[in-house]
Amino acid sequence: MMGDNLDLKTEIKHRLLGLSDQQVLDIYRAMVLARKVDERMWLLNRAGKIPFLVSCQGHEAAQVGAAYALNQSNDFLCPYYRDMGMAIVFGMTAKELMLAAFAKAEDPNSGGRQMPCHYGSKQNRILSTSSVVASQVPHAVGIALSGSIMGEAFVVLTSFGDGASSQGEFHEAANFAGIHRLPVIFLCENNKYAISVPYNKQVASESIAARASGYGFPGVVVDGNNPLDVYEAVKEAADRARRGGGPTLIEAVVDRPVPHSSDDDDRTYRTSEEIEEAKKNDPILSFSRYLKEAGLLDERTELDMHERIEHEVDEATEYAERAEDAAPEDALKHVYALAGGESGDRHLIY
Amino acid sequence: MFMPWQEVSLVTVISFIEAVSQALREEMQRDRRVFVLGEDVGVRGGVFRATKGMLEEFGEKRVIDTPLSEAAIAGIAVGASAFGLRPVAEIQFADYMMTAVNQIVNEAAKMRYRSNGDWHCPMVIRAPFGGGVHGSLYHSQSVEAMFCNIPGLKVVVPSTPYDAKGLLKAAIRDEDPVLFFEHKRCYRLIKGEVPDSDYIVPIGKSSIRREGKHITVISYGLSLHFVLEAATRLEEDGYSAHIVDLRTLYPLDKETIVTAARKTGKVLIVHEDNKEGGVGGEVAAVIAEECFYELDAPIRRLCGPDVPAMPYNPVMEQFFMLNPDKVYQAMLDLAEL
Repeated sequence: MMGDNLDLKTEIKHRLLGLSDQQVLDIYRAMVLARKVDERMWLLNRAGKIPFLVSCQGHEAAQVGAAYALNQSNDFLCPYYRDMGMAIVFGMTAKELMLAAFAKAEDPNSGGRQMPCHYGSKQNRILSTSSVVASQVPHAVGIALSGSIMGEAFVVLTSFGDGASSQGEFHEAANFAGIHRLPVIFLCENNKYAISVPYNKQVASESIAARASGYGFPGVVVDGNNPLDVYEAVKEAADRARRGGGPTLIEAVVDRPVPHSSDDDDRTYRTSEEIEEAKKNDPILSFSRYLKEAGLLDERTELDMHERIEHEVDEATEYAERAEDAAPEDALKHVYALAGGESGDRHLIY
Repeated sequence: MFMPWQEVSLVTVISFIEAVSQALREEMQRDRRVFVLGEDVGVRGGVFRATKGMLEEFGEKRVIDTPLSEAAIAGIAVGASAFGLRPVAEIQFADYMMTAVNQIVNEAAKMRYRSNGDWHCPMVIRAPFGGGVHGSLYHSQSVEAMFCNIPGLKVVVPSTPYDAKGLLKAAIRDEDPVLFFEHKRCYRLIKGEVPDSDYIVPIGKSSIRREGKHITVISYGLSLHFVLEAATRLEEDGYSAHIVDLRTLYPLDKETIVTAARKTGKVLIVHEDNKEGGVGGEVAAVIAEECFYELDAPIRRLCGPDVPAMPYNPVMEQFFMLNPDKVYQAMLDLAEL
C-alpha cells in the first residue's frame, strides 16, 4: 500500500499539522490547476487571443497553503491580482477563471469589466479587488471590524505583494487592525520584485514581517515555496485571531519565475541566471517530490492527475472562448442601485 | 394645549448641527448596522460635536475613534459596507479627504460597477466644508466639484436643518456611497424647523426655495442663504428671483434646473467654490444644452476666486468669501440686463 515506507520526517510534517493524505493531495491539485490555467493564459496571450494577464506562477504554494488553512464557508478573502490559487481553494472553477481571462459576460468576477486575475465573488466570499495595490488591505480590516460589531466570528485574510507593502494604505490598515485586535491575517507574498524594482529598493528593513512589531502584533517569515509551511503559519494566525488574539503579518517568501505581467519583459532588469534559479525553486516540483517521498503520489498517478487537469483547462478554454460577450450597452449598467434592487442589492448576511 | 387623542406632529426649531446629530442618532437607533467612525467622534463627540453623547448611548463598538488615518477610515468603510453594514465615516474637514481619494474614487465608487453588481458600498462620508470661519487654507476648502464627475458616487450638500436631517437619513439608507458635505458656517448660524417624526429628503431632487419671475438663481450650501437674503433686497428694486437649492450636486436634478432656467430666461449660478471647473460649469452646460434658445441673457456665475485656497488674514478671507452684498449686486446686474 502507498505510504507504507514513509520517511519519518515526511510523515510528521503534514500529519502533525492535522492534514490527511487526501488533503495534501487536494492542495497539490489546486496548485497544479492554478499553474495550468496560468500557463494556458500565457499561450492565449501570445496567440493574440487575450490581451493581458498577470501571473500566479511561483506563488501557488503560498496561495493554496494559505487559503486551505481558512474556513472557506465562513472566512473572507481580500486578495490581490496574483491570487489564482486562493480563488481556486475558495471555490472558483477553471471555467470561471477562463471566463474572466476572455472577459466574457458570464465571468463571475466582473462580467468582463476588469482585467483578468482581478478576483471577486460574493458567493465565494472574495471581495472584488482593484488594480491599485494595497487598496484591498483596509477593506479586510473593515470586514473584520463588521464581524466585531455584529458579534460574528470569522477571519479575513488579505494578501498583497512586497511592492504593496510600501503603500500608506497597508500601514494605515495594519495600524487600525492592531489597535482593535481584529481577526485579520496580512499575507505578504514577497517575490522580491515590484515589477522591476528589487526588494532592496523597496524595503530597508531585513524583512517585511519585522514591521508587525510596530503595529503590536506578531510577524513571521515563512518559506512560500512550501504550502505546508504557509498552511501552518496561517492556521496558527487564524486560530489566534479566532481566540481574540488579533492580527498577524505573514511574509511568504516566493520566487517569480515569469515577468510581472504579459506586458512586461523581465530580461530588461533580471539576469537569465537569476530567472533560471527562480524556475528551479518551483513549488510544484518540490511539493510533488514531497508527495512522492511520502508515498502519496507516483509517476503514473501524477500523470493521470495532470492529464485530468489539462482536460479541465481545455474544456474551460473552449467554453470561455465561445461564451457570449456582454451586450455593448451593458457598459451602462451597475452604476447605481435601481429601484427594486436590480443591481445585485443582495446582502451577504444582513 | 396638548391633547393626547389627537395626531400631532411636533416641530422643533434646531440648528443645522443638531439636525445632523439627530439624523445620526435616530438612524443608529433604527438600524443596528449603522455605525460611525472618524477622528475625535467618540469621547470628544466630534470637533463640531455632531456625535456628542453617542459614545455613551451606543458604545465604543459603534462609535469609533480612529487614528489620524483618512485612507483607513474610508477604506474600512468600503469593507464594512461591502459586508453589509452602514458605516457613516466622518472626515474632520473636507480638506483632509484628499488622502482618502483612492478609497473613495477607485474603490467605493467603482465597487458595484467593477463587480457587475455583485458587491456594493452603502456608505456615507460626512465632511464639513467651506470657509468664513478663519480656517485658512486647510480648514476652508470646497472640494465638492472634484467628486462631481465620478459616476458611482452621490454628492449631497444640504443648506437647511430640515434638509440636513432628511438628506442624511436618506444617505444612510442609500445603497450607494454618498459624500455628505456640511458647510461648517451653517452649523450654528442656520436654524430651522425640523419635525420630530421620521422623514427623509430624497437624494437627487433639488428644491425651489422661492418663486420668482425675473431671474433664476441656482445655489447650494451657505451661499444659498446669501442668495435668499439678497432676493429680499432685490424685491425693493422691483425684481423677483426664482431660487433653486441644488441639494444634490451629483447626479444633478437636471429637470428642476432646466425648468427653473426656462421660467425666467436669465440664470445666475452662485457658489463659494472657485469658478473654474466648479459645479456651476456643469449646471450652465446642462442649461445651454437643454434650453439655450429660451435664454434672454448669457448664463452668469458668481463664485470664489480661482486661487488655490482661502487665506487666513481676515481681509483676504472676506475678499474670497461671498456675502449677501456681492450676491445682491450680481443678481441686480442680471435683472437689469
